[in-house]
Amino acid sequence: MTLSKDFVAKGAAQGVFMAIIALFVAMVVGGLAGLVTGLLNTKLKIAPILAGILTMTGLYSINMFIMGIGSGNVKSNLGLGSIGTLFTKIEDFMPIGRNWVIFIVGALSVAAVIGLIYWFFGTETGSAMRATGNNEKMAKAQGINTQGSKILGLVLSNAFVAVSGALITFQQSNASNTMGVGSIVAGLAAIIIGEGIISGKFPFWARLMSVALGSVIYRIIISFIYLAGVNSEYVKLLTAVLVVVALSIPLIKEKISKTARKSKKTGSGGNADNTSVKEEKIADESSVADSTEKQEKESAVGEV
Amino acid sequence: MLELQGIHKTFNIGTVNEKKALVDLNIKVNDGDFITVIGGNGAGKSTMLNIIAGVFQPEEGKIIIDGVESNKKAKKDNNFNGIVDITKMPEYKRASLIGRVFQDPMVGTAANMSIEENLALANRRGKKRGLRWNIKKEEREFFREKLKMLDLNLEDRLTTKVGLLSGGQRQALTLLMASLIKPKVLLLDEHTAALDPKTAGKVLNLTDEITTKDNITTIMITHNMKDAIKYGNRLIMMMNGAIIYDVCGEEKKNLTVNDLLMKFEQNSDGEFANDRMLLS
Repeated sequence: MTLSKDFVAKGAAQGVFMAIIALFVAMVVGGLAGLVTGLLNTKLKIAPILAGILTMTGLYSINMFIMGIGSGNVKSNLGLGSIGTLFTKIEDFMPIGRNWVIFIVGALSVAAVIGLIYWFFGTETGSAMRATGNNEKMAKAQGINTQGSKILGLVLSNAFVAVSGALITFQQSNASNTMGVGSIVAGLAAIIIGEGIISGKFPFWARLMSVALGSVIYRIIISFIYLAGVNSEYVKLLTAVLVVVALSIPLIKEKISKTARKSKKTGSGGNADNTSVKEEKIADESSVADSTEKQEKESAVGEV
Repeated sequence: MLELQGIHKTFNIGTVNEKKALVDLNIKVNDGDFITVIGGNGAGKSTMLNIIAGVFQPEEGKIIIDGVESNKKAKKDNNFNGIVDITKMPEYKRASLIGRVFQDPMVGTAANMSIEENLALANRRGKKRGLRWNIKKEEREFFREKLKMLDLNLEDRLTTKVGLLSGGQRQALTLLMASLIKPKVLLLDEHTAALDPKTAGKVLNLTDEITTKDNITTIMITHNMKDAIKYGNRLIMMMNGAIIYDVCGEEKKNLTVNDLLMKFEQNSDGEFANDRMLLS
């Protein structure tokens, strides 16, 4: 009895260990993909978005090859059901139910990433990266290797993207070549929703958390759409429309406040002007994407 | 000492828009010089500063600088005399030797970062950036002290985003950032041109104060001939990509705007009549 228990625990521990190694490998490979995008952009002067698309296109074939290893052919998806994943192995360890395992691993990952990002952007190298995203001319004048900053940013963000891809694969027990489609928009939606809740006045860590919160809210919205009986193939269209609307809100707000100003000018004077100026300032601030978010968006383009 | 030797720079080579910006430019900038540069539009003033800063590479010619301290190659070489050819050095590496303030107040600072973050970036110009925390506690005191010098009450607003400051405040901050670590040479490219006259005067006085206090070698482009005469110990006039007049010391002090206009007219074939310089 004890022997078999011990055996199970050992097997599970081994499984978890292997899964963590797999995560690590995904991180390194993702970083390499980011490196390719970074080099295309900085050394070959290919526009950032195009560099990302080129890497992604090339990776399509590489993914097919990797998933086909052992089968003698290329494959566009791969089931992991037979060998188990991080989540099933942890469940063997702690029988608390699959959903709780996913929740705990997810929460820990998010907390770790937020912590890491917060720390990194507070360091000298991280600040240099923020300056590069904010004002490249200034960054160069202050002796920052802006090409290095860009490459490092892409390597790190793509490493994160690859880890999240690996976690999703574990959770679904299945990898497919098209599982990343739409995640750029989902990421954007998470940022926009998060910004809607917590705007620029809050400290950096709160704004990082807002992205995670935005992501959760986004998923809840999507779930409701599913619950309403909408065909899952239509959800991407709905998401795209949702993000377009959210992105255009600042512009619409500005238009509304301008017309409001015009109509108010004849009536009350200084007070109305004051508030509209304030509004404009806030709109300005939110339109200037924070460098981290920029990096995230960039990374989404170059994702695995 | 900074020296430009036989610099040639042409833009859009081989096209109809070909423009010779610098033609055999030679100048030796001595340590402690404060040089004011005047000249019409397209004379090559900004190109000269950009060549020194490493934004552009010249087709021909050399840029050498002396008094360079830490350099990996130099440390190995026992006969190293501090003179380095920086012609091929990339812009970001050159930044360790050169401080810059631009015409556009938006260019010199990172708008989304706070005053102290901007200063901390400047305080690491030319140093290795690692994974240490960006701002140290004792640095804050140092920044406060330096900001007090500007007399703009910025010392109490260390965590304010730079984007919320006025153009004049940003330009003063950029000036402070450019001189925080004493540069071998400070390049000012019409840094008061975008400011209103009163603020421009303030920033100019500040420039004079900072450069005099730390004895910083400075090259300042200006369109205002009065300022060109008032500030600095040396004045150069540029035209068609070359220096046509170089004056220093007493002779420079005794110059008048009329002298400069005459000089300008002598060298141009009447083409300067509609130039911006006349307005100054």
